[in-house]
Amino acid sequence: MIKSNLAVDINHATIRFNMASESIFSIKEYFVKLVKGQLMFQEFFALQDVSLQVEKGDSWGFVGTNGAGKSTLLKLVCGILKPFEGTAQVYGSIAPLIELGAGFDPEMTARENVFLNGAILGHTKKFMQEHLDEIIDFAELREFLDVPIKNFSSGMTARLGFSIATMVQPEILIVDEILAVGDYAFQQKCHMRMEKMLSGGTTLLFVSHSVDQVKTLCKHALWLEKGRVVMSGKSAEVCDAYIASKQ
Amino acid sequence: MNRVIQWVRNFLKYKDLFAQLVIRDIKLKYRRSFLGYLWSVLNPLFTMLIMWVVFSNLFRFDIQYFPVYLLTGQILFGFMSEATNASMLSITGNAGLLKKTYIPKYIFTVSRVTSSLVNLLLSMIALIIVTLITGVPITWRMLWFLVPIIQLYFFCVGLGLFLAQGSVFFRDLQYIWSVIITAWMYITPIFYPISIMPEQLQSLIKFCNPMYAYIAQFRDCILYGVPSGPNLYIAGIGWAMIMMTAGIWSFVKNQDRFILYI
Repeated sequence: MIKSNLAVDINHATIRFNMASESIFSIKEYFVKLVKGQLMFQEFFALQDVSLQVEKGDSWGFVGTNGAGKSTLLKLVCGILKPFEGTAQVYGSIAPLIELGAGFDPEMTARENVFLNGAILGHTKKFMQEHLDEIIDFAELREFLDVPIKNFSSGMTARLGFSIATMVQPEILIVDEILAVGDYAFQQKCHMRMEKMLSGGTTLLFVSHSVDQVKTLCKHALWLEKGRVVMSGKSAEVCDAYIASKQ
Repeated sequence: MNRVIQWVRNFLKYKDLFAQLVIRDIKLKYRRSFLGYLWSVLNPLFTMLIMWVVFSNLFRFDIQYFPVYLLTGQILFGFMSEATNASMLSITGNAGLLKKTYIPKYIFTVSRVTSSLVNLLLSMIALIIVTLITGVPITWRMLWFLVPIIQLYFFCVGLGLFLAQGSVFFRDLQYIWSVIITAWMYITPIFYPISIMPEQLQSLIKFCNPMYAYIAQFRDCILYGVPSGPNLYIAGIGWAMIMMTAGIWSFVKNQDRFILYI
């Protein structure tokens, strides 16, 4: 495979986590853990030996049960987590929608958050100024422009987040089931925008519990179980195998 | 060399974020308070008044323009204390952002110190008022006030980076730090003249207490209108460089492990 065609290149990545468990019941146990160095750090492997090559313009869906490592994989792609072993390379600009309200400050108003969030994505203030109207209109939040985000409903926050992240066409769009909270009409709007981006050459990485969504949006799929890859390939095949295993 | 260029390019990419974070800190600090930014002026003024009443009645030090003497020391020390306390919590306090988006982490720490600097510049208004009231002679030297402040800013950035990375792994640091700040305040000549100390202790303070170097330089230009001696510059710039080196080194070394502990 030619390197320049890849958007994401992950080779045998392992991610180590800190469980930070606080189940210490006695002073003796405290000292035993202190000596072993487990007091503040208890390791846990969220991903083990995962490899993934995503070509530019491709769309991948990640399926698996809760705690399978889907979101961890997305965080690895974003550069938030560094691999403990193995390598992870990303080529191109990323628009991450990892979680509801990522990159928002709850105390600040919607307008201020648009600028803060835009700056996190690497846009200039002038650029955001020009696109403010477009963002607010897409999110349908014009009346709430000067209300602090902490008073927003989760659906409103998600709408604003999606609208900012997809304002410009990123090279890689990362979506982690935030669409589940929007109402039906907004979900349709998001779908249309994502499909438009896909046809425009954006690479999509998508996590959802709705296998149907993965099937319609993604060409390929990766099935994770307890941090390991069970199956990867065409989305229809992987999704069917995943559904079959759960029944 | 390549790494430095890369670093500068990366910083330029995020300079708008840096500005946004500084504005956020300043805006949120006084949001929903009636007097707002005026508190940045009133706070040091009131603290100075209390200290002035206490120290000019209880303990008498023979210091000319005592209110200005107090305020100069107190503004700089207050800045250091505010900046280090804020930057210590800059990584743990922004855990939500750091877990969900990729941003160079030092930006949070440096922006906290910078927003404290803006606060310091606002409280300079209080200093101007008190200077005019007490009749301190106005000289061109006063314009040099930025020189010690710039040194102190870099000192605080270095110290802030060091504390920020330390408190990620060792949360107890925040409680220890408030004790250290209190002790530090008493060994810094803020409300007493350094001449009341024993001879040997004086020279120790002059070289080992960076706050002395900054406050003394600041007073030289505001209060006495004279150029500072070379020793003060050596101590001031030297400490700033030591702190920057220690801060950057420890921060860069540990930053990839932050995510596991926040």
